[in-house]
Amino acid sequence: MNLHEYQAKELLSRFGVPCPKGKVVSTAEQAVAAAEALGGASWAVKAQIHAGRRHDAGGVRMASSSEAVGTAAGALLGQRLVTPQTGARGKLVRKVYVEQAVGAAREIYLAALVDRSLGRVSLIAAKHGGSDIEDRMAAAPEAMLQLTVDPATGLAEGTAAEFAARLGLDGAARAQAVEIMKGICKAFHDLDASLIEINPLALTNDGSLTALDVKMILDDNALFRHQDLAVLRDEEDLDPTELEAQRFALNYVHLDGNIGVMVNGAGLALATVDLLKQRGGEPADFMDIRPEATRNQVADGFRLLLGNPKVAAILVNIYGGGILRCDTVAEGIAAACKSEGLRVPLILRAAGTNGELARKILKAQGVRVSFADTVGQAADMVTAAAGKEAA
Amino acid sequence: MAILIDNDTKVICQGFTGKQASYHMERAIAYGTKVVGGVVPGKGGRRHLGLPVFDRVAEAVEATGATASAVFVPPAAAADAIIEAIDAELPLVVCVTERIPVLDMVRVKHRLEGSGTRLIGPNSQGILSPGRCKIGVMPAHLERSGKVGIASRSASLTSEVIEQISAQRLGQSTAIGIGGDPVHGLGFVDCLELFFQDPDTDCVVLLGEIGGSDEEEAASYLKANRSRKPVVAYVAGVHAPTERRMGHAGTVNVFGQGGAAEKIEALRAAGVTVATSAAEIGQTVRQALRAA
Repeated sequence: MNLHEYQAKELLSRFGVPCPKGKVVSTAEQAVAAAEALGGASWAVKAQIHAGRRHDAGGVRMASSSEAVGTAAGALLGQRLVTPQTGARGKLVRKVYVEQAVGAAREIYLAALVDRSLGRVSLIAAKHGGSDIEDRMAAAPEAMLQLTVDPATGLAEGTAAEFAARLGLDGAARAQAVEIMKGICKAFHDLDASLIEINPLALTNDGSLTALDVKMILDDNALFRHQDLAVLRDEEDLDPTELEAQRFALNYVHLDGNIGVMVNGAGLALATVDLLKQRGGEPADFMDIRPEATRNQVADGFRLLLGNPKVAAILVNIYGGGILRCDTVAEGIAAACKSEGLRVPLILRAAGTNGELARKILKAQGVRVSFADTVGQAADMVTAAAGKEAA
Repeated sequence: MAILIDNDTKVICQGFTGKQASYHMERAIAYGTKVVGGVVPGKGGRRHLGLPVFDRVAEAVEATGATASAVFVPPAAAADAIIEAIDAELPLVVCVTERIPVLDMVRVKHRLEGSGTRLIGPNSQGILSPGRCKIGVMPAHLERSGKVGIASRSASLTSEVIEQISAQRLGQSTAIGIGGDPVHGLGFVDCLELFFQDPDTDCVVLLGEIGGSDEEEAASYLKANRSRKPVVAYVAGVHAPTERRMGHAGTVNVFGQGGAAEKIEALRAAGVTVATSAAEIGQTVRQALRAA
């Protein structure tokens, strides 16, 4: 679960990580009042959307009067912000965060994440952070410093101090960095985070550290033990179809093509999308039916495909087995076709447990469906069908 | 022959009486797997599927001589169940449970170090050796006994590839689902080592996907081991949007690493034959065996 900057900062402050004073608002008037209440001489007005590189897209504005804060907030609120990470449609700005501006003598990068190959929590840092960190890391990976946290003993004070020294911090700043690292590690553990990223961590002219921007992702699988954090999910910022799919035990990601895709299993779904692209097709989505999906959930998922006006043909690729059987999927599809009507060509590849039964069910229910024997054949058939519909 | 399991593997199931566990253990028994009992805290002394149920793993091991466990325990309790199996010194633990919190798996990973237990999963479809043994949820359908080893991050794709390999009149020695989660037990490198040592495996197939670094690690390992059995790989997600969780929690890219293109490049550089299309993995295996 992605958190907004303002939520992440509020949480991280509780763990002793210093952040600038700020307030989240949803109108220009509130923004002016927030700036006045916060005090100071200049402010940053920051769009609260779930996407990085907001800076590059004009989503972060500086203002040196409360009127200018209002103007900046007015310009951002209600706009769709397109950053390199939002896709072409961009994200609607519904909230902005107004905070006291902090000048930085140097911008540091500091993050905590799970190093997957070690299976341990690690701190990652670089002397010079900023919004282009990913590009610079790719160019010079050796500038990235890593400190692995011992799973038994946690972050040791001495190791943290050494790590801070390697970031070019000394004196009070080094001591402060150690406290910040300890805070991040504790937050990571206590909140079940999967990423906490401070970028930049500003070293100010007076030699102290402040988290200027924070990105935090919480582990969805651990939310069951964090009822208080689950409410932070910003459902309005998610794609509405994706949100709906979550309720049907489906993994769904919206893509921009015209071939509706329904597959069981994430790997087979990825492979099917790749295969369609290779054969000249354009998938409209990535849909992975989870193994425990019921007939009704499959029907709801299929209705999502039918509800996408761009969809010109549908491919269902099921490898029955594990828990999900092909007949369950067939019954779901038949139910959706009965209630919504099937307006586009449907290609079904049903292999594995009860594949034959699935074909029988669809035929018996009078669903207009073409059957494919292999995944390659299915991809060719649906790509041709979608091309014909589009022409 | 097979790796990790054989006709003599004695299996217990943790979370035995659950719906999913019952369904799959029944199928495993029908397949010929030697299932010897189950563990469900509080239900010790009962019988389920005609087999004894125990409160603790250690008791089950002592009474049955079990050598492997299939973990079907719900996510909130799954890590502790795995740790209990490690403490009982079971040589093999297969965890089917998906959606285990990642920090729980960090804890498990730490407990695995220095233990004699090998963990497959979590979020794994299990392990299958055709005609010998099956632990987990892998469907028994078109598998044939043969000499191709499979290690996979994705369940349904494994079934697809088993079918393609069998259609080539080849068969499988062992198929292992290493699981779709970011922190897991056995990785590709472990599987490669085991398959290379197995006299009855002639070729290894790695089924990878975006995210993580299992493929890159396999590539570095293979680069250093040039004289070996042929390896074929497929990496799903070439056209997937980055920074999104594509079904498996393990598919999220951090820092633009873990892209399919980089993985394919690394594997090719290590002398692996990479199938570019999911429809042609079986054929690619046949060609690799012919060339070897």
